[in-house]
Amino acid sequence: MSKYNLDYLDELEAEAIHILREVAGQFEKPALLFSGGKDSITLVRLAEKAFRPGKFPFPLVHIDTGHNFQETIDYRDKMVERLGEKLIVGSVQESIDLGKVVEQTGKSASRNALQTVTLLDTIALHGFDACIGGARRDEEKARAKERIFSVRDEFGQWDPKRQRPELWNIYNGKIHKGENVRVFPISNWTELDVWNYIRREKIDLPSIYFAHDRDVITRNGQLMAASPFLNMDDEDVVERKRVRFRTVGDMSCTAAVESNADQIDIIIEEISASKISERGARMDDKVSEAAMEDRKKGGYF
Amino acid sequence: MNILKFFTAGSVDDGKSTLIGRLLYDTDSILADQLEALQQSNRKNDDGTIDLAILTDGLRAEREQGITIDVAYKYFQTDKRKFIIADTPGHIQYTRNMVTGASTAKLAIILIDARNGVVEQTIRHSYLVSLLGIEHVVVCLNKMDMVDYSETMFNAITEKYRALAAELNLKDVNFIPVSALKGDNVVNESENMPWYHGRSLLHFLETVDVETGAESELSRMPVQWVVRPQTDELHDYRGYAGRILSGEFNVNDKVTVLPSGSSSVIERIEIFDQRPETVFAGQSVTLHLKDNIDISRGDVLVNSDHLPQNSKLIEADVCWMDARPLDESITYLLQHNSKITKCKIREIVYKVDINTLEKLNAQDFKLNDIGRVVLKTADELGFDLYTENKANGAAILIDSRTNLTVAALMFRAIAD
Ligand SMILES: Nc1nc2c(ncn2[C@@H]2O[C@H](COP(=O)(O)OP(=O)(O)OP(=O)(O)O)[C@@H](O)[C@H]2O)c(=O)[nH]1
Ligand SMILES: [Mg+2]
Repeated sequence: MSKYNLDYLDELEAEAIHILREVAGQFEKPALLFSGGKDSITLVRLAEKAFRPGKFPFPLVHIDTGHNFQETIDYRDKMVERLGEKLIVGSVQESIDLGKVVEQTGKSASRNALQTVTLLDTIALHGFDACIGGARRDEEKARAKERIFSVRDEFGQWDPKRQRPELWNIYNGKIHKGENVRVFPISNWTELDVWNYIRREKIDLPSIYFAHDRDVITRNGQLMAASPFLNMDDEDVVERKRVRFRTVGDMSCTAAVESNADQIDIIIEEISASKISERGARMDDKVSEAAMEDRKKGGYF
Repeated sequence: MNILKFFTAGSVDDGKSTLIGRLLYDTDSILADQLEALQQSNRKNDDGTIDLAILTDGLRAEREQGITIDVAYKYFQTDKRKFIIADTPGHIQYTRNMVTGASTAKLAIILIDARNGVVEQTIRHSYLVSLLGIEHVVVCLNKMDMVDYSETMFNAITEKYRALAAELNLKDVNFIPVSALKGDNVVNESENMPWYHGRSLLHFLETVDVETGAESELSRMPVQWVVRPQTDELHDYRGYAGRILSGEFNVNDKVTVLPSGSSSVIERIEIFDQRPETVFAGQSVTLHLKDNIDISRGDVLVNSDHLPQNSKLIEADVCWMDARPLDESITYLLQHNSKITKCKIREIVYKVDINTLEKLNAQDFKLNDIGRVVLKTADELGFDLYTENKANGAAILIDSRTNLTVAALMFRAIAD
């Protein structure tokens, strides 16, 4: 074996760092979208590797649905303090208060769809020309089609039929005023790659990723954290279970899995053996066969 | 464990997406909820079995039309290797998406429908594989189930393809008879073709050797970003950050900066908190030099004893990818790694007729045309010939009116 062998995690890491540095070099006002989930936490670590000991050439931007797990918010604030980087928060509650979006009603109400408006407003307010996100191509079949530099029009819309060619490792970030580019440095990582990287780098995660006791209710066969954000009624039975979250988003659309895995080694074992995809735990993807494609066309990440 | 990136090519309906679906299905890489979604889909094979092509045909328009429009990337692994697959479209209209998927791959799977043999798209894609210098080619003769798993048929087509491969100078060409639909020789060896003694496709993919470019003598690192913390304690810190394209760099190596030509010696190498003595192709690093010289984004650091070409006049192979034809009267932008410079097309040297592989004189150059041009750039480019160093021998052309990527360029010679 040659002395030049790059392990797959090293290769994925080097690719992601290269992409982050291209963003820094090509754009005037980039931003890193930080959701508090493991993928964006991984992005932050990659940004440290790309730019330290310098500062990040972009702020972190959190689109806050107001329906967060408290653990995620605590984690975010601690992390921003450790990094000494700037955090910008776009608030969905504010968009609601301003009448820009209307809160959904009914049992399956969620603020997931509303975030797109807040995101686009935040982009416009700050004039961001590139937004870095932690989406991966293995997550979903429409994502599997998206470029690493994904150009969005003034309305944030993705046009899957008019994607630019993306050749070799040369990324064309040229855009017209008003357009912006969504950049996905970990496009080529799988869920398991992210977990293995977190283990290797000893990255600290919000506690909800690890097994803990929590009040949950069962909806459409999924375990949802009981919270004031779920429109619960008499039919909902609250049970206490030992669970962990495999992906973390808004409390009203992220499902838990029953698990005793309280350490990363056991989580990795469980995920390797799992027969269900990570997105299987997201209510938002279950709606129709083209749900993600449609949301992306509408400006979603 | 390392990663192999490969892509599928071949004409419309030759079975590329089905083959990828089969590869994923038979390696048990499809999860239960995704399988359930497939079973519920209304696109089924004639016999009612699930259509594996919809695993990669992820767009609504693709599922409606039953064709692939844009590349889909899929991931799987065995205990030998990790794989990144680009499933590309066969339709000529989407050739640029095929090139997108092919440009980062080390291996091409070219599918041929055993009933039809080599057709125009087979030739076009093979030509592109040759231009792109893809190191390994596996030709899968697909739909063998529809020709009674005939050895005669297989031999006739392979013979024809061998002639084409020789003409195109393709490297390392291998042939496997498969049925993507039924699974013969994809993951599992086929019982229907006892006359075939070679490996199954998966076995081949697991064992083929892939080079990284690190062995090259041409050490190259384009500077993407200059790290300058400008704090009190790091006042003099100045690191040149980039990803090494080829070769290796060591502490104390003498390096030259292009296009300026100034040189210095590597003082220190950093990868975040590590201080390696040697770094090589594929790694993203930060280099520190002994002398304080003017270096900015777009410059390239090279080892001083193997300098690249440094020229403004270049002969290049071109794949045109835009609906607007090439226009010799306008100024384009040329992006070569992190460097962007203005560029004009001086001359169309020839255009290739895909059916005859003849080089024709041409006045115009349109969508999907392939050929050679002479171009002139505003700044000097520190490049290598594509045949000698792919990683530093390619560029893209951007139309500044639309900002679209309109062409892929592969540098072939210095022009005079
Ligand atoms: N009998 C038979 N049919 C096959 C085989 N492989 C693919 N097909 C069928 O051929 C048709 C086209 O298959 P696809 O996989 O969509 O073809 P493709 O090459 O991906 O097409 P494009 O991406 O649009 O260029 C489908 O109806 C498949 O079921 C095979 O091995 N045997
Ligand atoms: Mg296809």
